[in-house]
Amino acid sequence: MKARFYALAGRLEGALRTGETLLLGLDAERSDFVRFNRGRVRQAGSVEQRTLELRLLRAGRQASATLELGESSGDVELAQDALAQLRDALEGLPDDPWLLINETPRSTDSARRGTLPAAEAVVEQVVRAAGGRDLVGIYAGGTIVRGFANSLGQRNWHEVDSFNFDWSLHGAAGRAVKGGNAGFAWNPAAFAETLEAAADELARSAAPERSIAPGEVRAYLAPRAMEELLGLLAWDGFSGHARATKQSPLLRMEHGASLAAAITLTETAADGIAPPFQADGFVKPPAVTLIERGGLGEALVSPRTAKEYGLETNGAEAGEAPECLELAAGTLPTDDVLAALDTGLYVSNLWYLNYSDRAAARITGMTRFATFWVEGGRIVAPVGAMRFDDSLYRMLGENLEALTRERELLLDPSTYEGRSTSSARLPGALLRALRFTL
Amino acid sequence: MRQDTLLPPGLSSDCGAMLTAVADGGYGYCATSDLSRAGLQTALDRASAWAEATRANSVIAFNPEDMPAPCGEYAGPLGEAPPARSAIHDLLADECRAAKIDDRIVERSAAIHLFEDERLYLTNTGGDLRQRFRYTLPWARVTANQGPETQSRSLEHAQQGGFERIAEAGFRGCGARLADEALQLLLAPDCPSGTMDLLLMPDQMMLQIHESIGHPLELDRILGDERNYAGTSFVTAEMFGRYRYGSELLNVTFDPSRAEAFASYGWDDDGTKAEKVWLIRDGLLVAPLGARLSQARAGLSGTANARASNWNRPPIDRMANLNIEPGSSSLEAMIASIARGVLMRANVSWSIDDARNKFQFGCEWGERIENGRRVGVVKNPNYRGVSATFWRSLRMVGDASSFEVHGTLNCGKGEPNQAVHCGHAAPACAFSGVEVFGGG
Repeated sequence: MKARFYALAGRLEGALRTGETLLLGLDAERSDFVRFNRGRVRQAGSVEQRTLELRLLRAGRQASATLELGESSGDVELAQDALAQLRDALEGLPDDPWLLINETPRSTDSARRGTLPAAEAVVEQVVRAAGGRDLVGIYAGGTIVRGFANSLGQRNWHEVDSFNFDWSLHGAAGRAVKGGNAGFAWNPAAFAETLEAAADELARSAAPERSIAPGEVRAYLAPRAMEELLGLLAWDGFSGHARATKQSPLLRMEHGASLAAAITLTETAADGIAPPFQADGFVKPPAVTLIERGGLGEALVSPRTAKEYGLETNGAEAGEAPECLELAAGTLPTDDVLAALDTGLYVSNLWYLNYSDRAAARITGMTRFATFWVEGGRIVAPVGAMRFDDSLYRMLGENLEALTRERELLLDPSTYEGRSTSSARLPGALLRALRFTL
Repeated sequence: MRQDTLLPPGLSSDCGAMLTAVADGGYGYCATSDLSRAGLQTALDRASAWAEATRANSVIAFNPEDMPAPCGEYAGPLGEAPPARSAIHDLLADECRAAKIDDRIVERSAAIHLFEDERLYLTNTGGDLRQRFRYTLPWARVTANQGPETQSRSLEHAQQGGFERIAEAGFRGCGARLADEALQLLLAPDCPSGTMDLLLMPDQMMLQIHESIGHPLELDRILGDERNYAGTSFVTAEMFGRYRYGSELLNVTFDPSRAEAFASYGWDDDGTKAEKVWLIRDGLLVAPLGARLSQARAGLSGTANARASNWNRPPIDRMANLNIEPGSSSLEAMIASIARGVLMRANVSWSIDDARNKFQFGCEWGERIENGRRVGVVKNPNYRGVSATFWRSLRMVGDASSFEVHGTLNCGKGEPNQAVHCGHAAPACAFSGVEVFGGG
């Protein structure tokens, strides 16, 4: 695919007219998707897609087009048709005052090769390991490609072979435990081991459910629960544009609010599986500190935001959301979490978070999957889905007691339009109190 | 258009094919953008290999004879063609500029999205469907800020049709109106807290229907397919025909017959002809949102709602148009009936548990109602409840005069994930005894 993409770039560059600059982006994947329900296959299939973006610039103006590449012999004709449409579109446009691209070519080439068996073999192994248990979820595996080329001579390529098996195990009375196996080499033994651990946890969920009255409750949020919390915050929380237009949910940090000193959040492009370059041709720095010891750090600044507000870009994509978010580790050993929690809620997962008051960073959401009531450092009962509604400044501020020493690398299983390359490396968090409402 | 600056226009075309094979109890698919004969054959071979590989361990015993083979054509309302690009630019510029009424207005945006969608459904048994749709979507948003407080107002209008939808949406003049309302919110007190009456306008009813009726009635959730991602449902198969979902005023339909509605179509993506179906009649739960395959699995009759977000995703049970039928109360009568309550419009926050029961929703705009009169704007209006009991507190349903047709672009569900558009039409509705609260 790389040779095909670069050949297309070369052909199109040869067709440019004086004063024109062309940027090309490729977003492609070859994926197998196998959906499971009740430990059997619900839907299985494969998808091959190759989305090409063309951006034509001339005299301070720009327009873009996306198209789906088909058979390789038709690439040039398709792209040249799009180029002609873009030339027409530029005719009626005013200057774009916020246009900024990288004009100093920095070519990169990165590949993460994996060991993925045929998906049919994964199916057999999963069904056999499930052994009639109620396993639900999706296996997504294959090769993800991102490419960039511009007529200034820059070439960037990023290719990852990966899989993400996102699943849950279900028992009686709606009890369920979340599991997951993701990485670059499928290992059936590792999956079977995770499945057995989940089965043990599900067995602990079989005890009669404890009902917890709304109010403030001491709580531990496991790394997957923290992923949901920080995932919501990623929605404009670190965006340079949102900060400049006073729409960031962290607005009140500009007016004196702060998080606990233990909170240091970093976008670490160097450690993720996302491409190290972005759509305007900028290469991302290895790390950007977003929250430093509880205070506002840098924002993620796209080239467009940088031009509009007189800032320096740090290679953020247009959405200015983190793709490789890391929360610094704390000091609480994960093995000591139950003892440190003593009495309270152990929350494995959160679900469907949103803002009750965005400007105040007040967040609501639900517990989901294995949630337990703990007394004297021992799990005593499962707890049904509960709604919390609390401020981030309380949760990760005044009420944050500890972060765990160990962190989990969580690869995003999202597959909207295509497989995600986002990831997060997060500890768990022990909170003195979390406010539950329903 | 943003801050009086035209953003770079984008053109997008997307074309591909989903090949599905059903054989000997197995099922498989392969999607490809390579539409050459060789490319399609390769995809078909891959789909067939999947069908073969899964026939012994599939949840469902697939039978090729069950696949429909309809023939026909459908076109949604195409309406007026868009004007020249420069006229669209001028329209956006007018609204963006008109929103600049105060230094506290920190962002002004306006956009028009034009989409066309053409879908073919072909089978080796003679099925041949051709459907064509056009969507014209105006959007605007204005944000005001003062110190640590920020408030926004927005306009969205999601229907099928041509450029006439711009005028129908009230797009002209929206810039100044939204700016004025954002400033009002900036100065307004927080929504009061307490248990009180709630009057939801149609643009918030859209979200209320979607989350706490639509998703719980999806039959694939009830059958467990979504338990790992979008979730399950508090509704079970045994509840159809006997469960009281809401008060006797609640009448809910799956309605593809209103052509302008956002998700009207002639056939679903599994080849089943779409017809109006009553899901809840006089408060009683009647039928699920389940397509041909789910109906067979559950032994229930349902709807033509197997939908795929695009050529690269397989059809699954989705909402399409899910509406609340008009009642008999005027908006004035509903307001007059409220001793203490809040009117809310324009969703801004949504959260609900994985069984689609415990919910909390927030709106951009709220107005206090005291002793039958609107008495002032409130900011950060929120409310929470439980689906299984909330609809039983429905005590007045608006008549045709408050009935509006809305839609949403991004309903997420499925593994692999799919975002589809849905239509929701409803009148204003009044609920009693709801937990309402503000921000802070």
